[in-house]
Amino acid sequence: MIREEFRVLLVDVSTGKGKIVLLGGRNAVAGGSGLAALLFSKYGHPGLAWNDEAQPLIFAIGPLTGYFPLMSKMVCSFKSNYHNEYTESHAGGRAALSLRFADLDALVISGRAKRLSCLSIGANHLEVKDASFLKGMDAERSGKLIRRMFKDSSGHRSILRIGPAGEEGLAMACINVDTYRHFGRMGGGAAMGAKKLKAIVIHGDTDFNLPAGKGYAAKYKEMYKAVTSTDMMRKYHNLGTPANLQTLNDISSLPWNNLQQTSDPRITSIDGGAFADETLLRNGACSGCPVGCIHIGYIREKTAADNRYHYHQVAYDYEPIFAAGTMLGVTKPFDVLRILDVMEKVGLDAMSGGVALAWATEATGQGLVSVAETLVPLSFGDADAYRQAANHLGRGSNEFYRLLGQGTLKAAEVYGGGDFACVLGQEMAGYATGELFFAAQTLGFRHSHLDTGAYSYDQKDNSRDIGKAVDFLMADEPGRAFLTSMVGCLFARSVYSEDQLAECLDVVGFHTLAANIPETSESIRQLRWKVRAQTGFKPENFSIPKRFYQVKTWKGQIDGSYLNSLKEEYGRRIMALIGVDEQPE
Amino acid sequence: MDQCIGCHSCSLACARQIYKKISWDTAGIRIHSTGGLSTGFAAARCLACDPAPCAEVCPTGAYSRRPGGGVIVKQVLCIQCGKCVEVCPLDAIYQDRSGRVYVCIHCGHCVQFCPQDCLEMVENGSAQEVSI
Repeated sequence: MIREEFRVLLVDVSTGKGKIVLLGGRNAVAGGSGLAALLFSKYGHPGLAWNDEAQPLIFAIGPLTGYFPLMSKMVCSFKSNYHNEYTESHAGGRAALSLRFADLDALVISGRAKRLSCLSIGANHLEVKDASFLKGMDAERSGKLIRRMFKDSSGHRSILRIGPAGEEGLAMACINVDTYRHFGRMGGGAAMGAKKLKAIVIHGDTDFNLPAGKGYAAKYKEMYKAVTSTDMMRKYHNLGTPANLQTLNDISSLPWNNLQQTSDPRITSIDGGAFADETLLRNGACSGCPVGCIHIGYIREKTAADNRYHYHQVAYDYEPIFAAGTMLGVTKPFDVLRILDVMEKVGLDAMSGGVALAWATEATGQGLVSVAETLVPLSFGDADAYRQAANHLGRGSNEFYRLLGQGTLKAAEVYGGGDFACVLGQEMAGYATGELFFAAQTLGFRHSHLDTGAYSYDQKDNSRDIGKAVDFLMADEPGRAFLTSMVGCLFARSVYSEDQLAECLDVVGFHTLAANIPETSESIRQLRWKVRAQTGFKPENFSIPKRFYQVKTWKGQIDGSYLNSLKEEYGRRIMALIGVDEQPE
Repeated sequence: MDQCIGCHSCSLACARQIYKKISWDTAGIRIHSTGGLSTGFAAARCLACDPAPCAEVCPTGAYSRRPGGGVIVKQVLCIQCGKCVEVCPLDAIYQDRSGRVYVCIHCGHCVQFCPQDCLEMVENGSAQEVSI
């Protein structure tokens, strides 16, 4: 429902009780990313540990969620066990519309359930149900049982669940959203596991009147036409993001074999076309998005003698293919999907998991670790070994894997090999595009390639102008922060320009917000960084391992001095935003 | 429907344009997963039965047969008894908390909002799945 206040459900899973709060601040924080930061500043505890039961796990949507196409994502925020600082993760699926139709702008979960439990909410109900029988169960089997536990609203509900990795508290544990989407990065699964929540079921079971005034339906139609008739639809629906594998490989920017290479002729067997031709079953969509960028492939497994098979459906995208494919030297699409299938089951973030196993492989080659630690011999290209290793990593089978699951650099501190740990704030995203991306992911708010357009800048600009490059990062961030406060899919950023967002907000009744987007965008950006700074963020907390200085891209060898200067200047500018002036030495 | 990606654009369009609602429930077509997202989607919508059990059971004449199949609904005559919802073999009629019922009126507004061409508006009798 369109209302100026935020309608927030606070749930204490220790008691199973909740409370509805109406919160002001719409024109300052908009919703989504801004609202999540506001809620953490109100209910979070910067000085307490990430897994203190008082810490909130926050889910927030935006003022346009459900009202316009591609406004279909949800923000999850929490204090991360990856770096013990405030963070955000974003996911699609049905979560956003389900929360909208539960008539909530945000859900804030605190406390810790006495036993492993499921939280179920809707417009008219709140229930915490014992689910101790799901302990240690993989995310796929759990999903089947959870659907039987909560039979209502099939198709109009969202199921958020964790696998064993989340229960183990691994910093690479994701939250699975409706089987094929994820709050993947920074350990959201661990934050949920710390609440002893195996699943959160959100029933979208109410409806609202149309916004007052004329024009809404016509504006919707205009935006629908814009998103379905532009090149965006073809790009993301057809081959989808895996089309970029060939592109990045062609410009020597695709990480292979733990970033020992940035290009390889074997790309033809694992590019977007190969995945579509060999494995693609169908496309799926987040609720409210007609683009349908979710690509679902299949694997067929022989389980016994004779002709006994079963099959699984596995979603793929550019990033998981990079992480479980090129980064591990695995070049057959079905092999990549088999590794991803295991990661899905154990509830492991695929990007982090793949990059961590790539490091473990190189560490094996250098004799820093052996099969005594990895339990299976690891070598680039050995997909069967990686399937087993992914299971060990997600379940924390031994001390080595439990440590690796907290972050590659944590393992490197003990075993060595920090120089070739491909970590930029967290395990790298699949863009070895150049200095600006390396600096930007290292210090970016979410340590995500989507925090800024640095990977795109790298591909277009070779001037090595520090001021110009950092100006670009600083100027690019507020618009993205505003879009993730709506909460729109960042694939739609070319369609939802500032002017279009203003018209959309205006037509549904948020007139003041519509008139002040630049100011609000900046206000959200600053609030997010300030909240993070309260939990300990400093640029010097994050360094860039040596491997990134050895990379060769289309521009040639990485310029170490330029990279260092970019990181230093970007860090200084972020701290200036927060209100701390740091002069370079 | 094999091409359905589960975006709900059809339901949202029906609710918005016909019933003046923001909803994926209060619509003449509603998309459900058929056992988790892995098994695809089904659309709950009126298949234009003839005779129409909902019209036959309606005690006030709010539902009446439409020539050629389907029903004409006069909301002012509806006493919100829910009999039509109970008798529909396809779960095609939705009743909200206030008691109002929602059913497809075969207007075709949803068709233009399906990005996958799952929906089409055809003359009654030519759709393969409905035998009249």
